[in-house]
Amino acid sequence: MSPPGSPRLIDSYTAPKEILQEFADLAEEENVDPFAETAKTRQIAARQSDYHNRRFDRVAVDSADAFQEGGSDEGGYKDAMRLARLEQEEARVRRAIEEKERQEREEGKMKMDLDKTPPAAEIQDVEMELAATKEFATPREQSGTKRKRRWDVPEPSDENADPNKVDTGEWSKEALEAAAPKKRRSRWDATPAETPGTETPKRSRWDQIPVVQDTPMVPIIMNTPGLSQDDKHNRYLTDEELDAILPATGYVIVTPPPGYAPMVQPRKLQSSSVTEVGGFYIQESSDAAAVAAAAGLAPELPTEIPGVGNLAFFKPEDAQYFAKIMKEEDETELSVEEMKERKIMRLLLKIKNGTPPVRKTALRQITDKAREFGAGPLFDKILPLLMERTLEDQERHLLVKVIDRVLYKLDDLVRPYVHKILVVIEPLLIDEDYYARVEGREIISNLSKAAGLAHMISTMRPDIDHADEYVRNTTARAFSVVASALGIPSLLPFLKAVCRSKKSWQARHTGIRIVQQIAIMMGCAVLPHLRNLVDCIAHGLSDEQQKVRTMTALGLAALAEAAAPYGIESFDNVLKPLWLGIRLHRGKGLAAFLKAIGFIIPLMDPEYASYYTKEVTVILIREFQTSDEEMKKIVLKVVKQCAATEGVTPAYIKHDILPDFFKSFWVRRMALDRRNYRQVVETTVELAQKAGVSEIVGRIVNELKDEAEPYRKMVMETITKVVATLGASDIDERLEVRLVDGIIYSFQEQTTEDQVMLDGFGTVVNALGIRVKPYLTQIVSTILWRLNNKSAKVRQQAADLTTRLAVVIKQCGEDQLLSKLGLVLFEQLGEEYPDTLGSIIAAEGAIANVVGMSQMNPPVKDLLPRMTPILRNRHEKVQEASINLIGRIADRGAEFVPAREWMRICFELLDLLKAHKKGIRRAAVNSFGYIAKSLGPQDVLSVLLTNLRVQERQSRVCSTVAIAIVAETCGPFTCIPAILNEYRTAELNVRTGCLKALSFVFEYVGPQSAYYCDSVVTMLEDALTDRDLVHRQTASTIVKHLALGVAGLGCEDSMLHLMNLVWPNCFETSPHVIGAVMDAIEAMRVTLGPGVLLSYVLQGLFHPARKVREVYWRVYNALYLGAADAMVPFYPDLGELSEGKNVYDRHPLQVFI
Amino acid sequence: MSSELRYTANTQLEHLHARYTGTGHADLTKNYSRIFGFACNHLSSSAIAEVLTVKTLRSEWLTHQHRDTLSSIVGHPTLTSFLAIADGVSIARVKYDMTQKMLQPCGPPPKKDDD
Repeated sequence: MSPPGSPRLIDSYTAPKEILQEFADLAEEENVDPFAETAKTRQIAARQSDYHNRRFDRVAVDSADAFQEGGSDEGGYKDAMRLARLEQEEARVRRAIEEKERQEREEGKMKMDLDKTPPAAEIQDVEMELAATKEFATPREQSGTKRKRRWDVPEPSDENADPNKVDTGEWSKEALEAAAPKKRRSRWDATPAETPGTETPKRSRWDQIPVVQDTPMVPIIMNTPGLSQDDKHNRYLTDEELDAILPATGYVIVTPPPGYAPMVQPRKLQSSSVTEVGGFYIQESSDAAAVAAAAGLAPELPTEIPGVGNLAFFKPEDAQYFAKIMKEEDETELSVEEMKERKIMRLLLKIKNGTPPVRKTALRQITDKAREFGAGPLFDKILPLLMERTLEDQERHLLVKVIDRVLYKLDDLVRPYVHKILVVIEPLLIDEDYYARVEGREIISNLSKAAGLAHMISTMRPDIDHADEYVRNTTARAFSVVASALGIPSLLPFLKAVCRSKKSWQARHTGIRIVQQIAIMMGCAVLPHLRNLVDCIAHGLSDEQQKVRTMTALGLAALAEAAAPYGIESFDNVLKPLWLGIRLHRGKGLAAFLKAIGFIIPLMDPEYASYYTKEVTVILIREFQTSDEEMKKIVLKVVKQCAATEGVTPAYIKHDILPDFFKSFWVRRMALDRRNYRQVVETTVELAQKAGVSEIVGRIVNELKDEAEPYRKMVMETITKVVATLGASDIDERLEVRLVDGIIYSFQEQTTEDQVMLDGFGTVVNALGIRVKPYLTQIVSTILWRLNNKSAKVRQQAADLTTRLAVVIKQCGEDQLLSKLGLVLFEQLGEEYPDTLGSIIAAEGAIANVVGMSQMNPPVKDLLPRMTPILRNRHEKVQEASINLIGRIADRGAEFVPAREWMRICFELLDLLKAHKKGIRRAAVNSFGYIAKSLGPQDVLSVLLTNLRVQERQSRVCSTVAIAIVAETCGPFTCIPAILNEYRTAELNVRTGCLKALSFVFEYVGPQSAYYCDSVVTMLEDALTDRDLVHRQTASTIVKHLALGVAGLGCEDSMLHLMNLVWPNCFETSPHVIGAVMDAIEAMRVTLGPGVLLSYVLQGLFHPARKVREVYWRVYNALYLGAADAMVPFYPDLGELSEGKNVYDRHPLQVFI
Repeated sequence: MSSELRYTANTQLEHLHARYTGTGHADLTKNYSRIFGFACNHLSSSAIAEVLTVKTLRSEWLTHQHRDTLSSIVGHPTLTSFLAIADGVSIARVKYDMTQKMLQPCGPPPKKDDD
């Protein structure tokens, strides 16, 4: 066929490789779960920092109920204390070991592998590997540790470290290791050398899911695509499978080299997640599917569970928890306890995963049956769920809600579970989410009310000097909640004892922190107990432990902040140690002391404040030069607080503080960090309040010409704030020149168009007022030049500046400048960037405002036609600016524009009624009024009435409002006939629109309605007897406005007629309708008087049917509230009911002369 | 009205009663109609109890009316002086009497039940 030399022809055509590849990719993409990424961020544990996730390390104990008769000794306070002791000791030994290892490593003594004893090596390996898995599973958390911590929360690793150790290294290696895998030492898979039964029965690890008990990492790993060893696609082959595949001979199975540990231990982990299930329940054939689902082998998860019904979602982890109810079971074989357990599980699953109505009924059931189920079974099921690592916000919220409801029902039955609940709920107190914190507080508060103070104290006492800082931190917060729930006085004796604890500094530290938290949480409610609280922690200022001293100072700061501006006398005892302390301390301690002082000084009397400020200033000035960012911030804050107190004189500030302050803080570097920047500005503004404008502005005005832009901005912002609060009258002529010069310079030199510069320019120029006249030519030429700039942003900013300066330019009498600006802006109306266009129109409007329509240049008759097409622009800013300008023209200078132009604008305005922004709609509606006033109502009205036929509700509603406004401005007689005529249209929308318009009309015209009420009665008759509910509702609204308008104007006859038509509607049940009807009846009370109404009401007050009575009593109550006194003469004479001692005659009313 | 609406309406009602003395509710006349029918024919002991309950509740409403009347007289100087002239006592005496009477304007409250 083909010649031999030619290239071989392919025998079939097929699609190019790229296309095939594309299809393959597409097919793959279909399997990708687009939500997989976000699913992880919804999980609370994945989002939170390492510190927050330390909650998973906690161990809870049973708390014995001391109030129970013959309460069991098991799991009581003693045990808890012993356990706490044990853990402390364990932590200490661990630290010692790690310290030693570290030293050895540093000294190079340690050889890498073979030197070590096998168990230790294994520990090391597993720990490293677990750390690695953790890093892999939660990559974001790596950066999380870097996150800024609240400065007053001491660093956890710091706290954790041995107190005697001088080196308080931050996130050193051993601190990290100590934080993460510490608790896993006693794990079965890690240390074969240790006895496997380390877990005493009392240390029930209830708080972890049984399945993943010893490998809490598994669920997360399962969810991570790419690392899911449990997935059926990439799980490792078992030995059996390999045997089946490979031939029996011809090769040798090589043993792994000694010391080899796989990076991930697939076999072990997998077997743990499947076979370990045995500890949880007996595996049967029927729930193999559930187990498979749990292990991620079965891809599809059920959304329908027997006995539960449809669920909103179902996660693989849920399959582990709820495995028992996943399969069909023969209920007759189950014991009562098992039945109960399954019932609880079903309810919980419904609450957690169900749709809202399902959830609601389940929640109610579990609440009602709480006492029946008992605290034990309930919390054994709820609490592990809350410790699940893949928990999401919504699930947590629901479970917490369950606890809250259940708590309320269980009351003191909850006592044995207090600690378990606390371990789960306490972490909520330090959650980033405000609502989670509130929920946590709520639960702990209810818990303490249910369990009682004594029990709470005995339960939480062991955690107070817990080795882990995290535990102490959360416990302190929980204690503060208890204090607020049960009252500070009841907790005070305990607090005093804890704060004086001789045994451990941790206890003292926590005690003082409790006081701090109480102050933060309760605010001014600490005032009655202030002295006691201060005395309670005062001695901590001279504690031997640095951390305790720091915490005491922070506690005092919190107390003073909460007590402000009262309570200085309570701080008498601590003043001396505080002020001495600032001379003794350095670094963090000093910062805390300064913070306390900063909060105490504002409470003082002026003369004391002055004295103590002078004392602290020396230290403050010394610390001005500190390189520590935190210290800088504290110092600035304290300076601000001192400057704000009355006793500190301006002279003192000028001479003693300002020179050093400006030397150290007004440097370019401070502008670079956002927080420093803000703090410096705030403090300087505060100093300006005392020192005066010229003092401060004079010092920094030259910096407006600095070469660093951020710094210029900082200067500008400060000047803006100072001038805005204090005015510019203090600024002398020379300073004024420098100031205006600097401002123009920095405005021109800005590279990024910033609000700060704009605000600064506007504020300063407005403050200077007429004094700015000599500079105006220069300023306006700057603006004109910038209006023609290439960049849209620059043009926009120039236009914005014009808006701000227009008033001042007019004040200075520079009308030519204004008209020049107006003309240039007019030429710019073709602007294509909507933001800029909006600014330009607004500027034109500002000029038109100050100049007036007659003097306006360009003349209004040219300006308005130019605006008509712009009205079609859909951009919100443009719409708002143009409608404002047009409204203004229609209001002030409508006569300059031909009527035809106005009609055109009317049609364009209809579109604006659809705008999202309320301001635009309101402006548009008002414009209709102005236009109608100048044109006469007929044309405008016909436009608006026609618009009632359109589909969109919003547009119709706005039209009705506009009709009402037209009626108000042009007189109702011009509109009401047209509306009545339009009402005869057969279209429902139009009729409703007419009614609505009438209702607005009567609302706006008020007493004028007296002339029109007879004309509308027939229409209202029709509307009030209409079948349509909305008709009657709107008609009732009309009646309301009408009745209120004509009250006292002699229209009672027609009003009574309308009342008879409204009254039968009082049995309506639709909320809006009944609301409108009740309003109408109320209005009738005003017009007809309560006597008439009472006679209507008396007929039904004692009606046999409850539904009737309810309505009548409602009306009666409304009557009674409105006119109790006026009803006195109208009450029926019930003297005939008198019997015996009860006389119901109203004798005083029967008296006559 | 759904159950929830009724629920909120009731809480509002309680709130109203707590705030404004004198406002009433539909249960002021509990079982009134039934008793009305009963009273004509025979009166069992339970029915008597119910009549008494109704009486308490109704008397509550009437008492409020009387108090309102008295306070209205005290509050309107013209009415006070009118009564003072009719009774031939001083205005202050009328005011005092009326205020005193407001304590139990219709005599002691009837017993709630007959035990």
